[in-house]
Amino acid sequence: MHDEAHQAPPLENGLAINVHGLSKSFGERTVVDNFEMQVEQGEIYGFLGPNGSGKTTTIRLLCGLLTPDSGDGTCLGYNILTQSRQIKRQVGYMTQKFSLYGDLSIRENLDFVARVYELPDRINAVNDTLRKLNLTGRAEQLAGTLSGGWKQRLALASCIMHRPRLLLLDEPTAGVDPKARREFWDEIHMLANDGLTVLVSTHYMDEAERCHKICYLAYGKLLARGTVEEVIAQSGLTTWTVTGPNHKRMMRLAHDLTGRHGIDMVAPFGATLHISGEDGAALEQAISSYRNDPDLSWSKSAPTLEDVFISMMNDAPDNFK
Amino acid sequence: MTLSGINIRRLIALINKEFIQMRRDRLTFAMMIGVPIMQLLLFGYAINSDPKQLPTAVYSQDNSTYARSFVSAMHNSDYFNIASEPKTQEEADELIRRGKVQFLIQIPPNFSRDLVRGERPKLLLDADATDPSATGNAISAINVLVGSAFNHDLTGPLSHLRQNQAPVELVIHRRYNADGRSQYNIVPGLIGIILTMTMVMFTALAVTREIERGTMENLLTMPVKPIEVMIGKIIPYIFVAYVQTALVLIAAVSLFGVPFNGSLLIFSLALFVFVIANLSVGYTFSTLAQNQLQAMQMTFFFFLPSILLSGFMFPFSGMPTWAQWIGDALPLTHFLRIVRGIMLKGNGLSDITTELTAMAIFTVIAVFLALSRFRQTLD
Ligand SMILES: Nc1ncnc2c1ncn2[C@@H]1O[C@H](COP(=O)(O)OP(=O)(O)OP(=O)(O)O)[C@@H](O)[C@H]1O
Ligand SMILES: [Mg+2]
Repeated sequence: MHDEAHQAPPLENGLAINVHGLSKSFGERTVVDNFEMQVEQGEIYGFLGPNGSGKTTTIRLLCGLLTPDSGDGTCLGYNILTQSRQIKRQVGYMTQKFSLYGDLSIRENLDFVARVYELPDRINAVNDTLRKLNLTGRAEQLAGTLSGGWKQRLALASCIMHRPRLLLLDEPTAGVDPKARREFWDEIHMLANDGLTVLVSTHYMDEAERCHKICYLAYGKLLARGTVEEVIAQSGLTTWTVTGPNHKRMMRLAHDLTGRHGIDMVAPFGATLHISGEDGAALEQAISSYRNDPDLSWSKSAPTLEDVFISMMNDAPDNFK
Repeated sequence: MTLSGINIRRLIALINKEFIQMRRDRLTFAMMIGVPIMQLLLFGYAINSDPKQLPTAVYSQDNSTYARSFVSAMHNSDYFNIASEPKTQEEADELIRRGKVQFLIQIPPNFSRDLVRGERPKLLLDADATDPSATGNAISAINVLVGSAFNHDLTGPLSHLRQNQAPVELVIHRRYNADGRSQYNIVPGLIGIILTMTMVMFTALAVTREIERGTMENLLTMPVKPIEVMIGKIIPYIFVAYVQTALVLIAAVSLFGVPFNGSLLIFSLALFVFVIANLSVGYTFSTLAQNQLQAMQMTFFFFLPSILLSGFMFPFSGMPTWAQWIGDALPLTHFLRIVRGIMLKGNGLSDITTELTAMAIFTVIAVFLALSRFRQTLD
């Protein structure tokens, strides 16, 4: 018998997450500042931002692990301030730091989770998860002795075992190899297809590009949101790519260009530089004297998501200073 | 299945998890078993329960045959080592005050005259009872001596003085420790000491470890209630407490011959209240501590007054009032009295109600504190 079985309330406008005005401070420092987020049901929502920008804190606010100083909203139709118990039942939260029991075996960990969520067919649920993870043979190994990537995979498996309606994933693929990462994202898309909503924080650009929508947070403030294309377009950034004979030559060029009026950012990629600026005309002016160098081949390109983020990061006032 | 808001299945999940972790943590497990045994052996054997040849001063104001034969009888008993024969009262008092001698025998003037007249002269024994285990057996020995030491000298017409009562009146004055506790006090008391230390420490660590390792974050996002988390932590340690107590009891009875005169059932009941009190204190500490080191420090913060002011180390009645107040607030104080009462004096439930109530009040407050301090969020 579920002691708190409730009829799930209808979602407001089909939004799995709908919060506004969220703020949270630790001491003097405001870590989340008047934050607003709308995530539709079935959406995969990428949550990006530099280290210390408040991603983890925001996720904790959403699932009731932290109490906001101000703001309100709903998660799966439940009030985040008053109904965190109901939210917890239907949310799968994968913490950034491995937080399963290292001194319990893989099977014991899964079994514990299954019991706590009162899964009806516990033994089978655990065995299915082990099989899906390909961990059946190592089920008795202590979770703490798994490699970093495997820990992540186990953690993910354990937080979808109770079939949550919303997944909050905090850097779930940190340290996971490319193949496993691909499989992981395939799985996320499959789950989203079935109506599961996913909020995932990441530092990987390729992962951001696999999200339906993304938002970019810097130092507690929301800087951009929308689809990847929208975010790139909104940035108003102009980027030139220049390729040269060798990286030494390019490093010299990078050194020369950095800091010129109109150039906001110079990023080397091997023997290629990405040169970006918010003011397209000023940027062209700044590079004009190098355009005719026969060693260099120039082309104007769309900025990558990474260019956009780094430029935003440079602009954002750092609340540490 | 639910029981007043507590979900039994989830609770079992938590308890089960705790037992697995306990089993995996070999060192802690070894400590749970090793600490009681080690303390028992150290306290039990390191403290000699029957010390002999205790330094004794004789202040004799009556230089007679009777006095001399009593002194030599004391000497022969092996308990007393006549270390000095002061000539004045001041000198005699100083010897015992400074701890130079454990005993002072005072033979009053006219001792032999009164003895022969059958007037039962007083024989004064001052004992430094700071360490009661040191004096206990010697005092019993002298009690016997008083009856027999004069048998040789009281012959012929004086032989009627050997009848019935001892021919002298022995007045024992226990200095510095009115209680005059026996050595049996230590081993029963150890049960309380061991439980205070291990119960507070293990719960404090068990919860803080979850916070430190980040597993608390995971636990808090699951649908578990604070009361479930708390009970889930506490029940496994109640079990540990009973195992530890059984170990000490078996050793106490078999190795040291400590009597167990009261009822095991009443003992178990008192033990339960005491264990819950300590576990709740440990739990409260764990909600205050940021890490395991702090949890350890808090444990000792609680353990030290417990061991010093509960009457385990020093006789309770000898402590200043303020110290008695603190002592009275601690569950160990009452538990020690209960255990000694049950084991040594065969106390029944009615004899221990006051102590049990005091301990229960502490327990209720501690449980309430622990529950109200539990953080359901990470703030
Ligand atoms: N419990 C806390 N007490 C004090 N400061 C905190 C606490 N938790 C987080 N912070 C601070 O809040 C800021 C945001 O932290 P948060 O963990 O949310 O960042 P993040 O975006 O998840 O970073 P990362 O990408 O490195 O994981 C940091 O400056 C951090 O030091
Ligand atoms: Mg983070």
